[in-house]
Amino acid sequence: MIVANLARQSGTGTRQMTRQKVLVLYLANSALDAPTVAWAVYDGTGETRPMAGDTDTPPYRTGVDALKDGWRLFQASQILPHQRGAEFDVSYLKYEFFFERLVEVAA
Amino acid sequence: MTDLPLLTASQMASFTARGFLRFDGVVPQDINTQFLAEMGDIASPQPDSTLRQAYGRLLAEAGVPEVAAGTALARAYPQGCAVNRMLELPLVAGAICSLVGEAPTFDHHFLHVTFPPAYHAGGESVSQHTHQDSTIDPRTAFDVQIMYYPHAVTREMGGTRFIPGTHLRKVSEVALGRYQNICGQQHMVCEAGTLLFLHSGVWHGGGVNLAERTRTMFKIRMNPSQSQVRKFDLSTLQPQSAQRPIFYVKSQPPESVEEILMTPEPWFEQDTGRLEMVNRIKLWRYLTGDPTYDADYWLTRLENQASA
Repeated sequence: MIVANLARQSGTGTRQMTRQKVLVLYLANSALDAPTVAWAVYDGTGETRPMAGDTDTPPYRTGVDALKDGWRLFQASQILPHQRGAEFDVSYLKYEFFFERLVEVAA
Repeated sequence: MTDLPLLTASQMASFTARGFLRFDGVVPQDINTQFLAEMGDIASPQPDSTLRQAYGRLLAEAGVPEVAAGTALARAYPQGCAVNRMLELPLVAGAICSLVGEAPTFDHHFLHVTFPPAYHAGGESVSQHTHQDSTIDPRTAFDVQIMYYPHAVTREMGGTRFIPGTHLRKVSEVALGRYQNICGQQHMVCEAGTLLFLHSGVWHGGGVNLAERTRTMFKIRMNPSQSQVRKFDLSTLQPQSAQRPIFYVKSQPPESVEEILMTPEPWFEQDTGRLEMVNRIKLWRYLTGDPTYDADYWLTRLENQASA
C-alpha cells in the first residue's frame, strides 16, 4: 500500500508515518446494519498483535456501528447467484466487510 | 449387537447438529499419568535451541508409535500402552462404534504440544489459524477425530478452539484463516482425562499458550470401514409421529431430536443458517437410514414436486 509508506514532518517536527489498521466484519446478511457473526483485526502499526481466538465478543454489534466509530468501509462482498446443483452447499462466510483506519505513528 | 454403552439418540442428534461431543474427565488418572510418562520429558528452553528443534526432539523421543495410514485401529497401538487403554474404555469404544461403526480404520495421529512464551525467544508466540483438517471433503460420510487432554488445561494455556456447527461447511483447509473470531467459538478448558470427539469437518485451531508450562494434546483421526448407519443406541430413538408446528408456536417445544437439530449456532447467517438446517436433516437421514425423515418441514417442502 502506497499510503502505508508515506512519511512526513508533523507540526512539532516529529517525523510521522501513516499506517493502516484493518477491521473485517462478517455480518448475518448483506446489510451493513446486520449483526456481526465473526470478525478479525489486523494492525499495521505493530502496536497490537490480534490473532485467532483472542476475543469472544464482537468489537461492533453491526457494520454501521463500526462506521459510527470512524472506520472507513473499503470493500464489501458481492451478492452472487447460487450455482445450479449446489444451492444447498455451505462453505465460507458470505457477508464480508473490510474497513480501514489510518493511523499516524512516529517514524 | 454390542455390549458397549452406545451413544443415545440425543447425543447423536447433538453431534449431527454441532459436530462434537465432549466427555470431561472420563479417562482415569492412571492412564493420563502413564500417557505423559510415555511421551517423555519436555526439555527446558535453551538459548541456542529453536522451538522447532525442541519440538523435533520431543516428537522423535516420545513413545508414540509410527503407524501406517489404513491400519485397523484395533491394531494401531500395543496392548497396555496408554492410548490403547484409553481407546478400550467402554465409553470411548462405545462412542467410536456409534459414530464410525465397527472396525474403524486408523488415519493418523499427532502429538500436539504448544509451548509457553519462554520457548519463543526471538520468535512470535501466536495461535494457530482456524482451519478444517485434511482437504475439501464433499462426503456425507465423515471421519472422527478424538482430542485427548491428558492434563488439566486452563484458559491461559490456549486449549483447542473450535466452532460448533461448522462441520457441514465445505471449505479448503486454512482458506478460512482470515476469520480470527467467530461468535459461539469454544476454547477447551478442562480437567485431566477429557476427550473431545470432533466430526472431521469442524473448524478448529490451537490457542496461544501464555502459561508457564507446555500444553499437550493427542489427536487420533479414524475413518469408518463399514456402515455408519444406525450404530447408536436405537432403543433411545423415539419414532416421529408428526411434524411440529413451525414459526407460529406459543410455547417452548419439548426436548426432542427435532429440537436439537433445529437449534441454531450464534454465528449462523440468517439465510445460510437455514441451509445448515437442511444439511443437518440430510446427515440425520444418513445416520438413521431413514430417507423420509424431516424436521420442521424443510425437506418436505423442497421435495414436493406437485406431480401426484
